[in-house]
Amino acid sequence: MMRFDRLSSPGRARRISFLFEGQPVTAQEGDTVATALLAAGAGATRSTPASGSARGAYCLMGVCFECLVEIDGVPNRQGCMVPVAEGMSVRRQRGAAGVAEDVR
Amino acid sequence: MTTVRDLVIVGAGAAGLSAAAEARELGLDALVLDEQPEPGGQVYRSVARVAERRPADLAFLGADYARGAELVAASTGGERRQGATVWQIGPAGRDGSREVIWSEAGAARRVLARTVLVASGAMERPVPVPGWTLPGVTTVGALQVALKQSAIYPAGRVVIAGSGPLPLLLAEQLRAARVPVAAILDTTPSGRTAKALPLLPAAALGAPDTLRKGLALLKARDRSGVPVWRHVREVRAEAGSDGALATVRFRTASGDEETVEADLLALHEGVVPNPQLTRLVAAEHRWHAAQRCFHPVTDPWGETTAAGVYVAGDGGGTLGARAAEASGRLAVLAAASRLERLTEAARDFRADPWQSRLRGERALRRLLDVMYPAPDWIAAPADEAVVCRCEEVTAGELRAVAGHAAGPNQAKAYLRCGMGPCQGRLCGLTVTEMIARARGTTPAETGYYRIRAPIKPVTLDEIASLDSEDAA
Repeated sequence: MMRFDRLSSPGRARRISFLFEGQPVTAQEGDTVATALLAAGAGATRSTPASGSARGAYCLMGVCFECLVEIDGVPNRQGCMVPVAEGMSVRRQRGAAGVAEDVR
Repeated sequence: MTTVRDLVIVGAGAAGLSAAAEARELGLDALVLDEQPEPGGQVYRSVARVAERRPADLAFLGADYARGAELVAASTGGERRQGATVWQIGPAGRDGSREVIWSEAGAARRVLARTVLVASGAMERPVPVPGWTLPGVTTVGALQVALKQSAIYPAGRVVIAGSGPLPLLLAEQLRAARVPVAAILDTTPSGRTAKALPLLPAAALGAPDTLRKGLALLKARDRSGVPVWRHVREVRAEAGSDGALATVRFRTASGDEETVEADLLALHEGVVPNPQLTRLVAAEHRWHAAQRCFHPVTDPWGETTAAGVYVAGDGGGTLGARAAEASGRLAVLAAASRLERLTEAARDFRADPWQSRLRGERALRRLLDVMYPAPDWIAAPADEAVVCRCEEVTAGELRAVAGHAAGPNQAKAYLRCGMGPCQGRLCGLTVTEMIARARGTTPAETGYYRIRAPIKPVTLDEIASLDSEDAA
């Protein structure tokens, strides 16, 4: 199973904690949601609307839409385009997304 | 809505950043809109932050990457918005200006632009091999993004399969970062070096630095100790019991079937223009037979057939970052001259060194087109291979109707291919090629999906926010 590790070069990146499927996960400042999930070993992060097959990040640059996740209650977010933020709540997207709950 | 900007630049990669620097030097009122969180595009992704916060990582990312920090620094001064996703460029109004609409932080915004520069870059060619949708299969570029953005690397058994300069660069970056690679499957057909030799002198003269770097990468790969399989065909990814990638199966140069176990498979078969924005403005595109993709038709300065809309960088045809810097500058020079902010003589004087660089990089590209030919199997993928990843349409399903489809837009109606969230980015070229093959015609005659706004999914809330902005 695909696993990503962090290079040991220390750098000066701040630690960020967010929730994935309700569980606390540590990321680093500068991560996108998609790279943070790769580093956390999240594996498949969505299932397709057509057949329910499992998908993970493919291009990481905004063109393939395979990394779609639900972020703070809003579905269909491209995980690779959103910087991870302290306290963010990320969930796998299962099948077709419903209409977003009114977040206001 | 009353302000009209001289120039809106879409994208802050090599082309967009260098265009922004030129615009500032010429005193144009330019706005840069880039959808990524940080400037740099793909080649120079995150470079300013890496240089500041993780300088040790520059050692394995390489000197060419580090140079991007200068490009970012040189472009500052004008207005640049990150996290700004452009999803509409409207038709030209009576005064020739166009409305550009983007989403940023959950709300849509718009501006009028006298000229627009599309610098939204390229993407890796879709590679519809069986199993390319499995978790654990990525593009080669994705692994570079992971390294640059977050200093993360795939642990476990990594297999790189493909052809072209990018897999060589990734292999070298991973080697320098001491990340083990289990195997490299080079899908370049045999005999290409001999065919490319006659083009070598022109490439060596035109782009000596880029060529030298490429040759060094080839040598480094062959000395790295990583097993390299050459002239590999029929790559397929297979899942294990957990549903994720477990095995890569392929045919060797001698025709035998081989397998390697893998936790991650990185695919790459070249880079093609990201067509969404140049298609959105209905610019004319031309099929490039050697690269097997469409290029927007432009004049020598990068102006498309949509008046006032220019394209620079790899979105106009893949030539790499050094060429993108040049084409970004040239497009702004032409736009400034059109806006009567620069005489034609001054434009031509400033353009001269950039035109010369562009000619050189084009000579190198002609060599690369022969060295690393675009794969012809894309016109005939295996039946079980998924072509449209979003709607899960297989090559077999598409082949069954391809002969009856007048073109890609009718195939959409039959099968929903190209109608998912990626809006055809990951299937468009395959669908064009397969229909052309089935009908015995050319990709040029077959055409491409019609691309309409919004070119990225937006919520009704975001669209509605445009009205409240007007009321304010």
